[in-house]
Amino acid sequence: MRILVLVKEVPDTYGDRKLSVESGLADRAGEMVLDEIGERALEVALKHADAHADTEITVLSMGPGTVPTTLRKALAMGATRAVHVLDDALLGADLGATAEVLAAAIRRVGFDLVITGNLSTDGSGGVLPSMLAEMLGVPAATNLSTVEIGDGRVSGQRSLEQGSYEVSAPLPAIVSITERLPDARFPSFKGILAAKKKPFETVTLADLGVAVDDESVPRSIVISVAERPARVAGVKIVDEGDAGEQLAQFLIAQRLA
Amino acid sequence: MTNYPHDAVLVLVEVSPSGRVQKSAAGLLGAAAGVGTPVALVVAAPGHGQAAAEQAAAYGAASVLVTETPSFTTTLTTPAVDALVAAADLVQPELVLISNSIEGRDVAGRYAARTRSALAIDAVGVSRDEEGVVASHSVYGGAYLVDSAASAGTLVVTVRQGAIDARADAAALNAQTLDVSPGTAPAATITSIDEDVAPSGRPELRGAAKVVSGGRGLGSGERFALVTELADVLGAAVGASRAAVDAGFVPQSYQVGQTGVSVSPALYIALGISGAIQHRAGMQTAKTIVAINKDADAPIFGIADFGVVGDVFTVVPQLVAALNARKA
Repeated sequence: MRILVLVKEVPDTYGDRKLSVESGLADRAGEMVLDEIGERALEVALKHADAHADTEITVLSMGPGTVPTTLRKALAMGATRAVHVLDDALLGADLGATAEVLAAAIRRVGFDLVITGNLSTDGSGGVLPSMLAEMLGVPAATNLSTVEIGDGRVSGQRSLEQGSYEVSAPLPAIVSITERLPDARFPSFKGILAAKKKPFETVTLADLGVAVDDESVPRSIVISVAERPARVAGVKIVDEGDAGEQLAQFLIAQRLA
Repeated sequence: MTNYPHDAVLVLVEVSPSGRVQKSAAGLLGAAAGVGTPVALVVAAPGHGQAAAEQAAAYGAASVLVTETPSFTTTLTTPAVDALVAAADLVQPELVLISNSIEGRDVAGRYAARTRSALAIDAVGVSRDEEGVVASHSVYGGAYLVDSAASAGTLVVTVRQGAIDARADAAALNAQTLDVSPGTAPAATITSIDEDVAPSGRPELRGAAKVVSGGRGLGSGERFALVTELADVLGAAVGASRAAVDAGFVPQSYQVGQTGVSVSPALYIALGISGAIQHRAGMQTAKTIVAINKDADAPIFGIADFGVVGDVFTVVPQLVAALNARKA
């Protein structure tokens, strides 16, 4: 079984995240980490590999020169090999361009199953799994809170706003998973040492045969970015026995109760 | 054949397997009416199209395209995408609006990929400038406002649930059946559906006007009942911090924050929540924020309109009693 896991380097959600108001691009000066949902997606693949020795796991990521650090973490956790799509022309790529590039990279690697997170913590788009399914011509089972990888099929449970679905798809397929799946394992010391020797490939747009600068293809473009003024603190009281009463009065005065 | 106006905005009205029109439809049609002529697309299981079309007209759809197909409840995503392609061929909209729900995102992603359209996600508003339609986004937990547009062609936008306050005037029902040829894209099969037919009396977290959330300061799952008690007095949804979820007080679906649900209510009350940046990113666009915490230095106080340094187990029961006394 060839499993390909999409992972992403994102700004740490526990730090202050900034956008450049000139370019609209993420400021990457802060700490960058492997997105946790991608780690969980990798864990699904690793669990399968634990029980099926013939599993080959490729982790794939697109992004700037810092990405190898996060891909090495995925290798240390147990992925077989890593592919990094690196090309200056990808700076500011919209969802359409990103999907085209990732689809080309996925095709090049080959796969039986693609596993990805449902939403990244920075872009929170949540649309790439279905865009990739369309471009790759495979079924998508998205937003799974359980995943069973069986003989030639993948299935799982999908929780939606309006209820819970059981879904199933023949392989090759793409699935996206939610945070309900278990936390990822930590890289072991042995894994960290082994990661250094694992295959790591860097590919460019030319290698993939994809161009993202064709102006006839409609793209989503950022036309303005503004920083919202920071919130300022309002009233702060220390409870001296009547804080509940005071708060009730505040809510009533604000027509919130 | 009906001619559609140049400013037609195609709105995908989300319908549940049993035919319930999702709440997002009102906001989507409200947003559409603000920039053009709303045309609704209803994709439903057989027998549910007519009622959904009537609801769409009541929400302001100038016309409604209806397609019923049994594959709606057996095949994931692609029946709606196939219908959307057929509807867009007919209407030639300059804008397509879809709810930023789980299903909506899937449909939008496949549709944009299939038609190679520009896709803007999780918008909190749409407007118009000299060059066309603009989508507005609230990014990084509301810290930034970003406007985006399509470089060419139809812009496909998913709209954050609960973000649009505008509502369109009800329109007379003007429905027609849309013929959709079954698509060939491989899709996942739906093997069973367990629809929550009767949602609980408490509002859903996503899109709620008021939210009361609890954190690690509640101490245990049993003591978390204090949060639901206050929520019920206020008619609010119940949320939680990641710490409370990780501690097992409540399920993950309660989680408010960057990796949980982002909320933008009129009132947000944080009980025993320190206010890690991860949590603040999911709630700081609330209009009014109230925080109660024992720790006077908790970061949540930095953004609270009304902060109480105190024990939630003394302050909240007093607050509940005061609110109940007023109701009586």
